Amino acid sequence: MEYKRLTMLCGHYGTGKTNVAVNLALDLKKQYTSVAVADLDIVNPYFRTKDSEADFAASGIELICSRYANTNLDIPALPENLYRITEDRETKMILDIGGDDSGAIVLGRLAPAILAENDYEMLTVINKYRPLTPDVESTIEVLREIEAASKIPFTGIVNNSNLGEETTPEDVLASVRYAENVASAMGIPVVMTTVKADLYAKLAGKIPGLFPLQLQKKYY
Amino acid sequence: MAEKVLMKGNEAIAEAAILAGCRHYFGYPITPQTEIAAYMAKKMPKIGGTFLQAESEVAAINMVYGVASTGMRVMTSSSSPGISLKSEGLSYLAGADLPALVVNVQRGGPGLGGIQPSQSDYFQATRGGGHGDYHMIVLAPASVQEMASLTVKGFELADKYRMTSMILADGTMGQMMEPVSLDFEASQTVEKPWATTGTKMSRPHNIVNSLFLQPDELEKYNFERYERYKRIEETEAMCEEYMMDDAEICVAAFGIAARVSKNAVDEARKMGIKVGLIRPITVWPFPKAAFAKAADKVKAFISVELSMGQMIEDVKLATSCKKPVFLCNRAGGMIPAPEQVLASIKEAAEIGGAN
Repeated sequence: MEYKRLTMLCGHYGTGKTNVAVNLALDLKKQYTSVAVADLDIVNPYFRTKDSEADFAASGIELICSRYANTNLDIPALPENLYRITEDRETKMILDIGGDDSGAIVLGRLAPAILAENDYEMLTVINKYRPLTPDVESTIEVLREIEAASKIPFTGIVNNSNLGEETTPEDVLASVRYAENVASAMGIPVVMTTVKADLYAKLAGKIPGLFPLQLQKKYY
Repeated sequence: MAEKVLMKGNEAIAEAAILAGCRHYFGYPITPQTEIAAYMAKKMPKIGGTFLQAESEVAAINMVYGVASTGMRVMTSSSSPGISLKSEGLSYLAGADLPALVVNVQRGGPGLGGIQPSQSDYFQATRGGGHGDYHMIVLAPASVQEMASLTVKGFELADKYRMTSMILADGTMGQMMEPVSLDFEASQTVEKPWATTGTKMSRPHNIVNSLFLQPDELEKYNFERYERYKRIEETEAMCEEYMMDDAEICVAAFGIAARVSKNAVDEARKMGIKVGLIRPITVWPFPKAAFAKAADKVKAFISVELSMGQMIEDVKLATSCKKPVFLCNRAGGMIPAPEQVLASIKEAAEIGGAN
């Protein structure tokens, strides 16, 4: 995928923004030397970009993150070097934003500088199989709330429709029309459809912009 | 196959409660259960229900008391420190014989503790928690699907026995995402002739109360309540048995600890160790019969817990200490790894085998 200087990931919570952010950061690093990922989640203290800190360090990706993330201190803190995001224009960045409008509010203060620089993608991650966004209407309602809070209009959609480990190729195929309908109602393109890596081969060629995701491991 | 959605455990509780006919939610935010309140805040206004963020946990549980008195399905949710705050109200609900659903998505303690998962409120949940002689029906889900199904079950049992049902989950269960089918049959309801719904001048007043100053009267209610508890212990205990048929070692674990333990049991079986698992689904009533039966054939028990060892006492009581019971635990928000459980199984196989 071709990247602008800033790629922002916003959306309804639990759609998979962080998993997508981690994978995009690793993909971005293949193309550019100076890459950073920013964990700006002020909503959820669990399942953060910071969980992949070791992978980022091994790949030479810088992590911009509140020092209180993953410390058990449950406060909506932002990194002290927040303004590097808009001031360090030599670094390509992925921004992982917290869920819903309450998470997107973080972007509000950065919006004037981001819009002035005008080198960004504002992506929303959507998942048809989340209970509060099963159709176009309910999805767009959430996306409009996010745009109002972030003060940045969306430029593209990441279709990450999945049922976790039980996701079948048919589930993904059944989500394509949903994603296209959300996209056309918003007047923006579907930039990619993300699938867990083991489904990639079964779906390659059937869906445009297919992107394989490596998921975090769990032992329970 | 029913259509599935991908849900967090907390969301599954909230949606299942709505499907069970609950239209009144009162709560106060605390990690790691805040998504329940957030979900209710979004959904309740759209379906004519009430979501109210109270000024404190104490206020929320007393609002639950109020709605429960009218016979409508009502719930609150919190995490460990918040449940302690609600404990006075839990005792009042028991004293007034009111049905309600209370969710505890446990975090590490004591005190303010941390925000990582824990099972260290087991004593508090299974022994009542507040003052006085009483129990709650305590359901311990081990998957997001069970977060939903046991919520529905919890409302039904609460109505049936006029008492509080508690969902005893933990931070992992609340936060993890799994596919869920919400295709439940219509939730069973019961008549509530005791509810304070207005006499319409056609019947005597119903009174909901937990104050009884005459000791003989208060004693009578306590004895009656414990007759009911006895019936519940005889009929409502639930557990899952896994590979217990030929087991020589029995692992006891609920919730997240059972999921980890299951992986360890599978690994031990590959090594030829005959081990099984009993997973209590109700921790009150405790599935005593399953453990008593196991005590006659296994050599040892291992209680795997995210606490300093609380359920282990119920395992010892249920088995009359016939066989050794070992503890395999982490505390403070840590989760035992399958390797730690496997090491305990190997150790128990050696020690238990020598007995």
